[in-house]
Amino acid sequence: MTLLLAVEEGQGGGTRLANSPSADSVSHDCSGIKERNYLGLSECSSVDSCAVSGVSDENKSSLNLKATELRLGLPGSQSPERDLGVCSGKPEERPLFPLLTSKDGLCSLSMQKNLVSGNKRGFTDAINELLDVKNVVYTNGSWIAGNAGVDMKLASRERAAVKEAGPKSSAECSSAVNRSVRNPTKAANNAPAAKAQVIGWPPIRSFRKNTLATTSKDNEEVDGKPGPGSLFVKVSMDGAPYLRKVDLRNYASYPELSSSLEKMFSGFTIGQCGSESIPGKGKLNESKLRDLLLGSEYVLTYEDKDGDWMLVGDVPWEMFIESCKRLKIMKGSEAIGLAPGAAEKPKIKI
Amino acid sequence: MNYFPDEVIEHVFHFVNSNKDRNSISLVCKLWYRIERFSRSRVLVGNCYAITPERVIARFPCLKSLFLKGKPHFADFNLVPQDWGGYVYPWIKCLEKNRTNLEELRLKRMIVTDDSLELVAKSFSNFKSLVLVSCEGFTTDGLAAIAANCRFLRELDLQENEIEDHRGQWLNCFSESCTSLVALNFACLKGDINLAALERLVARSPNLKSLRLNRSVPVETLHRILVQAPQLVDIGVGSFVCDPESETFLKLTALLQKRHSIRSLSGFFEMTLYCAPAIYPLFSNLISLNLSYAPAFPGKELIKILQLCGKLQKLWVLDCIGDKGLEIVAYSCKELQELRVFPSDPDGDGNATFVTEEGLVAISSGCPKLNSLLYFCAQMTNAALITVARNCPNFIRFRLCILDPTKPDAATLQPLDEGFGAIVQACKGLRRLSISGHLTDQVFQYIGMHAKNLEMLSVAFAGGSDKGMLHVLNGCEKLNKLEIRDCPYGDGALLNNVRKYETMRSLWMSSCNISMGGCRMLAKSMPRLNVEVINENGDLNRDGDDDQLVDKLFVYRTLAGPRTDAPDFVWTL
Repeated sequence: MTLLLAVEEGQGGGTRLANSPSADSVSHDCSGIKERNYLGLSECSSVDSCAVSGVSDENKSSLNLKATELRLGLPGSQSPERDLGVCSGKPEERPLFPLLTSKDGLCSLSMQKNLVSGNKRGFTDAINELLDVKNVVYTNGSWIAGNAGVDMKLASRERAAVKEAGPKSSAECSSAVNRSVRNPTKAANNAPAAKAQVIGWPPIRSFRKNTLATTSKDNEEVDGKPGPGSLFVKVSMDGAPYLRKVDLRNYASYPELSSSLEKMFSGFTIGQCGSESIPGKGKLNESKLRDLLLGSEYVLTYEDKDGDWMLVGDVPWEMFIESCKRLKIMKGSEAIGLAPGAAEKPKIKI
Repeated sequence: MNYFPDEVIEHVFHFVNSNKDRNSISLVCKLWYRIERFSRSRVLVGNCYAITPERVIARFPCLKSLFLKGKPHFADFNLVPQDWGGYVYPWIKCLEKNRTNLEELRLKRMIVTDDSLELVAKSFSNFKSLVLVSCEGFTTDGLAAIAANCRFLRELDLQENEIEDHRGQWLNCFSESCTSLVALNFACLKGDINLAALERLVARSPNLKSLRLNRSVPVETLHRILVQAPQLVDIGVGSFVCDPESETFLKLTALLQKRHSIRSLSGFFEMTLYCAPAIYPLFSNLISLNLSYAPAFPGKELIKILQLCGKLQKLWVLDCIGDKGLEIVAYSCKELQELRVFPSDPDGDGNATFVTEEGLVAISSGCPKLNSLLYFCAQMTNAALITVARNCPNFIRFRLCILDPTKPDAATLQPLDEGFGAIVQACKGLRRLSISGHLTDQVFQYIGMHAKNLEMLSVAFAGGSDKGMLHVLNGCEKLNKLEIRDCPYGDGALLNNVRKYETMRSLWMSSCNISMGGCRMLAKSMPRLNVEVINENGDLNRDGDDDQLVDKLFVYRTLAGPRTDAPDFVWTL
């Protein structure tokens, strides 16, 4: 059998490997990088592209993004200050992709990752909520992008199907889609419906997959139960495509909870291009800034053990987490008459 | 060397432990072949169907330790039907029949029944070590048999197996005279165990160095065990849930402050945030940390503890660590050699955080000793991979999995060919590679050109044409295992270099463009290969047309001929 050693000429294969872009050209590229909609989100909505380009502009102009941060505020609460990152160095100065080896052990990555991550699902927020790392963070990402994560998966699989020659391939893909019934209960609990999943992808051992699924189910089961262990409660927001869950044990006070919720849900509200939703805060100047950006009022409420809906912030924190079963970010107008004193509290104006 | 007496040669061979080297030795001359085969005590059979147990035992009559691998690797991801095969029973039966003095049995991706375990337990009086990885088919009754009968048992290591838990008292079955345990790992068991029996077992095992508990073992028991066993070096915590005000917690905190010998930590299937400080003192001594089963371990805590892990060499985490967390690792863990980042939300149901190319670049620049990587990420770029290649030319294992399998470079939208090309060019010692993302034939050209030491390649959802597969088959001289799924390779690629398959252990192709005709042709031209067509859906007609598309194909070299235990839907052509 003759060996077939194809040297790829036509597509300029051989030369490419020698082509290492200099740092200069990279940073040039970096500043020239635009938000791309390669995931096929353009059909999703013009809203999305408007949001996304807004993101990149602000990133490019300045990294002092604090002023533009969107807050979910409880009356009288204030988000914790954010300092510069642990990794040292000013975030603004770091290049996007250092091609020079930096052996100082410090990352030279910039916050500008959002430039290229416009189409990520809005989990930057969730990450930072989890990590609570003190650095300048821009809350980007849109729930619409998150939503499109569903379509993205389908779209890319269809692409994969189309790429292949055989007719069987696309049939295979669709039958794989039909075949893959993953964790039906889990799917029911989490919002995106009709999610197509590829069998055997991502490639992790089924044992690991099943174990993680069990663990998160266990976490759900302890919803609202006080005591040691996680205290996961569902957080819903009017108009958001799906629920989030937070572990109340991760927070020690109302301000912590509120700042992480605002990070979680602000992504969605940007996506709506400032039409309605941004959870806002009470009395601070920062919030007034934001007030200007957005135009609606939201309050954070919770359902207690007795099934009543109360305004968050009235009771001491410990008592609150003992009795809170779920959280809901409601429109201010709906929250009238909730808890005693709700009417008197200043509406969370945005 | 031939002027030395046999005993001298044998003594020299005694120092050769690597099976590869021993295989080479045995090819030198007949004398060496003979001496080597009588002196080999540790045998690895990488594919249990490549050879019959009888032949193995005939060649290596003094074998004491056997490592068998069964199902193809993609079986881990549910791509291989349940009853495909990989049964260990015939091997054990044969070993028993030949009265082999089996001391160690290590199985990976095999079907192990309780009968097999019982046979092991009763047939080999010197049996010392049982390691089961990703196996299934047995219950805790089988474990009870091992516990009860293996009086000199040193190691019982169960890693990620599917074990039916009968909640029996298998731990009780260890006899009172069994005091030889060195390593016990039952972390993958799902059910309750008898805690008192566990404590008694630990108390009478002075050599116990490694103990990995399952989630049913509470903190109180952990504390008592730690008190009993100060010699423990490797601990898998079951459940770390307790009241931070409780006496147990205070005692545990005090105890852990003095345990400087603990080098390896894992588990934490459940975790109370406020109890984390108790384990802080451990981290500065840790060499190995596996938190990949601890989704409840909050990101904040992860960051705190990772800063303490100055000696860490091996880290397995979930992607909720985020790029920020990886930056911390890069800053703090300069000795890091192996990193695995698993997806915390594999089905993407919307609650996840993830890592990106940034975390990987940070790690590569901070951890120069990194040589083994498994990285599940949301996106990747060529520039990042090029940087990583430059920073870490020592990779032996590089497995990158982008959660969206056809995603291109996140910045430029180009295929990731250049990035992976840089990896294979820089990492001359690369032995294992998994690639993902949007890829064309180009990346395979790079692989064929540069990855001269590559032994295992995993490809999924790549694009291009038959040329891609050919670059690999023709270029990678040491290729041993090739597994491909959902790629457009057809019969042309399959049949171009058929002799290659005899130099490899196995080839897996699923959801590609292979036809029945191609498979038949392959089987006909290479009689020493088993060409298995797996007709999982029943779509195929065995005697039907050549142009039927074959969805799953598994080809492997063998001296044993077509196997006799294949189920109906597996056809050896």
